[in-house]
Amino acid sequence: MDVRLQISMVFHLDKCIGCHTCSIACKNVWTDRKGAEYMWWNNVETKPGTGYPTAWEDQNKYMGGWEQKNGRPDLKIGGRVLRVLNVFHNPYMPRIDDYYEPWTYKYEDLFNAPEGADQPTARPVSMITGKHIDIKAGPNWDDDLGGSPVYAANDPNLESLTAQQREELFDIERLVFFYLPRICNHCLNAACVAACPSGAIYKRGEDGIVLINQEKCRGWRMCVTACPYKKTFYNWSTGKSEKCILCFPRLETGQAPACFHSCVGRIRYLGALLYDADQMLDALNVSNDKLVEAQREMILDPFDEKVQEGALRNGIDEKAIEAAQRSPVYRYVKEWNLALPLHTEFRTLPMLFYVPPLLPVMAKSEEGLYDSSGKELFAPIDKARLPMEYMAKLFAAGNVEMVRYALRKQYAIRLFKRMETVGDIDQATVRRALEQVGASEQEAEAIYRLTSLPTMDERYVIPPSHREEAMQMLNDDMWSEKGEAGFGFRDAPVRGA
Amino acid sequence: MLDQLLFVIFPYAAALLAIVVTTQRFIRDGFSYSSLSSQFLESNELFYGSVAWHIGILGAIAGHIIGLLFPSTVLWFNGVPVRLYILEGTGLMFGLLALVGLVSLIVRRATVARIRAVTSVMDIVVLLLLLIQVGLGVYTAVFYRWGSSWYAISAVPYLRSLITFQPDVQMIAPLPVVVKLHILNAWAILTVFGFSRLVHMLVAPVHYLWRPYQLVVWNWNRKRIRKTAPHRPSPIASEIVAQTAEHGQRTTEKPAFTR
Repeated sequence: MDVRLQISMVFHLDKCIGCHTCSIACKNVWTDRKGAEYMWWNNVETKPGTGYPTAWEDQNKYMGGWEQKNGRPDLKIGGRVLRVLNVFHNPYMPRIDDYYEPWTYKYEDLFNAPEGADQPTARPVSMITGKHIDIKAGPNWDDDLGGSPVYAANDPNLESLTAQQREELFDIERLVFFYLPRICNHCLNAACVAACPSGAIYKRGEDGIVLINQEKCRGWRMCVTACPYKKTFYNWSTGKSEKCILCFPRLETGQAPACFHSCVGRIRYLGALLYDADQMLDALNVSNDKLVEAQREMILDPFDEKVQEGALRNGIDEKAIEAAQRSPVYRYVKEWNLALPLHTEFRTLPMLFYVPPLLPVMAKSEEGLYDSSGKELFAPIDKARLPMEYMAKLFAAGNVEMVRYALRKQYAIRLFKRMETVGDIDQATVRRALEQVGASEQEAEAIYRLTSLPTMDERYVIPPSHREEAMQMLNDDMWSEKGEAGFGFRDAPVRGA
Repeated sequence: MLDQLLFVIFPYAAALLAIVVTTQRFIRDGFSYSSLSSQFLESNELFYGSVAWHIGILGAIAGHIIGLLFPSTVLWFNGVPVRLYILEGTGLMFGLLALVGLVSLIVRRATVARIRAVTSVMDIVVLLLLLIQVGLGVYTAVFYRWGSSWYAISAVPYLRSLITFQPDVQMIAPLPVVVKLHILNAWAILTVFGFSRLVHMLVAPVHYLWRPYQLVVWNWNRKRIRKTAPHRPSPIASEIVAQTAEHGQRTTEKPAFTR
């Protein structure tokens, strides 16, 4: 057993209101720079929809993620030799137009325009060339366009549906959509790390955050292709790749990342998971429908004494184990089986988990009302307006049962709370519902509390990172820090000649 | 005297400059070492330009290096006319490939607005120097036959004399002006090398072929730190559980607050 610690995340999609505050918080802190204007380390997509960059889930186009080749996972873009040869031209690299061309407006024209019969306008100009452009795409261009023939109809996940299901999904007045906020998944089997020819991308041992060493990145761009989530970005100005850093400077000082901290719907949870790195290959060598279970299997019980011993042996300190025990992510993923990884069939073992949303699923009912009376147990889920297959394609590599369980459990908890607060459902029905999902009343109450009433301290359980000790290690002479500017860039990160 | 200046002092100065600048730049500003790829902004034209250019120039440089290392072997190889034609044909093919690729890259850089936005003055200098170099090289290959043989007995001794610090320009003195310009321009390229994007060739990702896929970096050796830290007694598992229980109580007692 090789116990390691990973800072993991849960996004509760039922609580996401699609306000994009997370995206703005991230943009303001990290990517409001030349060359990074088009980057959204955090973005919120409308599903069904094509997302950002356009149709990122279509790996026949982008060739991201892993594939089983001769019983072993290998990168979908091909072998090592090919990758070294492809540095001259990467055949599957997304282009700027797959995202969008960043633009601003010539605001000064509003003031400088000579007097005339027309109202002066601020025309859009490209932030790359400085020339006028016609805006054809932008960040979340397909926002809320759940039923649109241009965006939603081209969602790569629709292939999991039958023709009839698809038709129903686009039936006017029966349209349905939900939001999918995305950041880097900080995967255990990260494809970007594996694809980097320079070896600049690495996983931080202490907390599992995946980072790109900007000093070592040479702009070979393989990570951009290899990441199936398209969460590594090429900075066209500095000639370096960049990605979400999970706000590690904030984490190291005990604060939640900016997108977490600013989340209006309070959908985000962050905490430590202990996992067994020895099980990684086994967890990958299973068929698609078993991937979610195999990944859950890797996650270790922080209350188990053997696990604690293993953790201590690996240098994970007692405070971190304690944080893992209080981790909300552990609850949602392992204890309650509610949270599922996104597109686990890419086989990167993503460590960001989603609680699938109940609302768009339940929205199918007669005459615009849905039945919460519990007369027909789980009927709203089983007669879903958003087909379960679609949800399963996103969150369980096609395994419908995993998604159905998560949704039924959430529904059972709703019935349980409705019985308590409204009182129009009898106890026998609720007991039957909870039994079917294998949840006790205590568990239902705990899920309800952590879902609806969590404090910031309960949502973000950040283990202390003891950077002060790292400092001592790096500089045996402690006084050498005095008068220095600290770690990182001494100079501005400007483009090379 | 002029020969001494152009073909001895100039190359040594250029080489010294290249070595000092590239190492200093690597140590002090490793960030600036990048391929500075523009594929993200324009990909289709780049395919023809970049692939042709890189294969062509790598082949051509490889030919020059093989000649420099094994001149007598090359002469022996060229002893049979068919083999000479094959070698010369291959060399010319690489040269032409490089030329076509380079011209295509220059056209792309000049015509695509997005690429112009990421073009520096040094990029233009480098492209022009390379165009001169490849142009002169191809011209030499076509009009001064057979280069692979006379290179071995004129330029190679000169280059070797430079490498062994016994500079001797005698052997290249009678060479035609075009060839001399080719040599001079090479030293000019070496001069700007460290200041340009050409440094990306020094960090070509060869080690990728054998490194393990996954890379984990530990910022410090936690085991050592925990062993040597006197203020932090090594805990046992039961203590942890007790601490957690205690902590759990504390958090529930504390009023809910937002930071």
